[in-house]
Amino acid sequence: MAVEPSPAVLEIRDLRIEAKSSDSWSEIVRGVSLSLRKGEVLGLVGESGAGKSTVGLAALGYLRPGARASGGSVRLLDTELLAIPEEERRRLRGTKVAYVAQSAQAAFNPVHRLMDQITMVAVDRGGLSRAEAEKRAVALFTALQLPDPQHFGARYPHQVSGGQLQRAMVAMAMICNPALIVFDEPTTALDVTTQVEVLISIRKVIEEFGVAAIYITHDLAVVAQIAHRVAVLRYGEVVEEAPIASIMDHPEHPYTQSLWAVHEMPANDPAAEGASAAALLSIERLGARFGTFEVLSDIDLRIGRGETVALVGESGSGKSTLGRVIAGLKAPSGGRALFDGAALPPKLRQRPLDLLRRIQIIYQSADTALNPRQTVRAIVGRPLALYQGLRGAAREKRLIELLRMVELDESHAERLPGQLSGGQKQRVAIARALAAGPELIICDEITSALDKVVQADVLRMMIGLKERLGVSYLFITHDIEVVRAIADRVVVMQHGRIVEQGEKDRVFAPPHEPYTERLLASVPDMAVGWLDRIIAARVA
Amino acid sequence: MDQSIDARPAPPSRLTRARRLLATAPFTARLGMVLVAIYAFVAIFAPWIAPYGEVEVVSRIPFDGWSAQHLLGTDQLGRDFLSRLIFGARNSISIALVTTMISFGLGCLLGVFSALIGGFVDQAISRFVDALMSVPDLIFILMILSIFGNSIPNLILIIAVLTSTRFFRISRAAALNVASLDFVEAARVRGESLLWISIHEVFPNVLPLILSELGMRFCFIFLSIAALSFLGVGIQPPLAEWGSMVRDNAALINMGDITPLIPAASIALLAIAVNFVVDWLLNRASGLNEEG
Repeated sequence: MAVEPSPAVLEIRDLRIEAKSSDSWSEIVRGVSLSLRKGEVLGLVGESGAGKSTVGLAALGYLRPGARASGGSVRLLDTELLAIPEEERRRLRGTKVAYVAQSAQAAFNPVHRLMDQITMVAVDRGGLSRAEAEKRAVALFTALQLPDPQHFGARYPHQVSGGQLQRAMVAMAMICNPALIVFDEPTTALDVTTQVEVLISIRKVIEEFGVAAIYITHDLAVVAQIAHRVAVLRYGEVVEEAPIASIMDHPEHPYTQSLWAVHEMPANDPAAEGASAAALLSIERLGARFGTFEVLSDIDLRIGRGETVALVGESGSGKSTLGRVIAGLKAPSGGRALFDGAALPPKLRQRPLDLLRRIQIIYQSADTALNPRQTVRAIVGRPLALYQGLRGAAREKRLIELLRMVELDESHAERLPGQLSGGQKQRVAIARALAAGPELIICDEITSALDKVVQADVLRMMIGLKERLGVSYLFITHDIEVVRAIADRVVVMQHGRIVEQGEKDRVFAPPHEPYTERLLASVPDMAVGWLDRIIAARVA
Repeated sequence: MDQSIDARPAPPSRLTRARRLLATAPFTARLGMVLVAIYAFVAIFAPWIAPYGEVEVVSRIPFDGWSAQHLLGTDQLGRDFLSRLIFGARNSISIALVTTMISFGLGCLLGVFSALIGGFVDQAISRFVDALMSVPDLIFILMILSIFGNSIPNLILIIAVLTSTRFFRISRAAALNVASLDFVEAARVRGESLLWISIHEVFPNVLPLILSELGMRFCFIFLSIAALSFLGVGIQPPLAEWGSMVRDNAALINMGDITPLIPAASIALLAIAVNFVVDWLLNRASGLNEEG
């Protein structure tokens, strides 16, 4: 992976970008300098709002509407991008510099065939004939290990899988043989098992075609597999820049160190078997369908009092549906569910208020789970009034207790969700669930929308709350690191069935079920060379 | 570890926010607000402002010209035109306001409800509303009023019901978007009643959109009352009403006297003023997302 010195492809010097918020301009990129040589991959790491995407787009000479460059320079090869008119910049995009977005689903037009969309730029601006462009596209499909490369382009976007579509977008970016590609979180929206395939493809084409790349991500484990150097961004500034090996071994800046937070969380001690003998929820032979499609079949699940059960699986495995069935949002098509020894009515309407109180649900996205027009006081106070009949001073007292429990305080009570950070919003959602005084909380991917540092804090808090209150969690997640940190027992789901369940240590220790094996093997290690080993193992 | 805690200052009080909001209002919105305030003032204090009584015959000369004694002359019965104009503001505006409020409440509640329930109930209500909307308003009102007699409560009720169909449509469409969000589902799981969800969870989120409609509908209601009065089935004499004042004095126009145009202009000016304010509110509402 050594890179020999060669002239810079991209040279960003002291770049400053301002964005307009309400009436004033505020600086969102503050003097960033980066340089990139041919064949080199630079990882751009940081949390949401750190300015990663803004810098990445600036490398294409593009500023989002409402933003302006207030200083510095962006040189691509021999062109100063900030000095030339927009018309010329547009001509460079797609030909000299290209962009791969996070969501290929959103980037492709659903009504045109893939080949038409992939070759369009090459024919319009790259000076290739349609036949040449198609030939090149097929070569790229082959390099990207897409199935049936000769005919892949004839399909429509909805006819290929998410991972394949993401690779098709890489092909679209590579079609004119650009000098620089900006990857903006290209694997974030994918399942872990798909992510590996896309990562391998991206690595392969970058090496094969010797293109320089900026790889934007918030996931250090991913960047370790693909980048030569890493720049860590925070509040629009580069706080640390170093070769990948040294930053993985000795992160210098305290902020960089904190990015390891979740990874370094100690695995919790699973509750000893037998201690939680009292079953809070037990499900037998449960099934559910959408129309004639069976989303869940033959589910046997048991959650003990004070136990955390992690429900793991890829998107579409039915794990969220199982959570919704337990919450009463979806009626099962068969089977039996007992809650605290009594039958759990399948429909929400058949459940008495007190039963609703005992099962609470926390959603993935606090943005949509909290009413944007209610203050924190109204949001958290409502269950107190509804279930416990608390009013006035008693309610206020309990409210503040709850806010403290989730590490907020009374100063947050007056705010609207829009005035809180992502982590704070999720804490409010947790406080609302706790306000009911529940016995089982269904946590549907509650940390996956959060930054790593905040994620670790929230997980730590959830563990503490469980110990204090003795609640049980059903933790729905696709993140193995989260499972390691919080679960007592693990349930692995695939295609609507449970393929394996048991104590965490047993599920995570070999021998594995084949699917569990694949799932575990797909989670990137926080170390350089993991992907190399995977590729080597496949070749062997 | 969550460094962003307390990164933002505590939100300012409602009053400060309102004042700040007002400071950002463009010229047209301010002008609109001032005009609306003047109309409201005249309507509320009509008995003190008007030089003569509402139905008082003060001159033996009908259709008298403008003079120091009767600033805008007299009408067909010799009543003071200016006084009738001032009392007219009171009658027209208050009736239009009440009608707007009733149609707003009825339409929004039904619309949000319908969106939340879905299924057969939603279909039934929606098709009924479609049927109501397909009949031309003015003809429908004339028909109903001729059957049930044209009293003011009847007038208010029928216009309110017909206008509520517009509120129903817009609030239902907006509520459908909101109803799919997690916080509405969370409220269902919590065991809230449909009415509670409609009022507390959904309604505040669709309000900005409906607010613009509210101003527009107020203008239309105002105009249809004036139109009905002009046709002679709206507000009945001797109550002063701008629409009927135009009709009763319309003959003057042939003589080159612009007096009958003044109530018409009053209607137009109010409609414009309300729309200025509403336009600005609508702008604010659509920009709300930026602030979160």
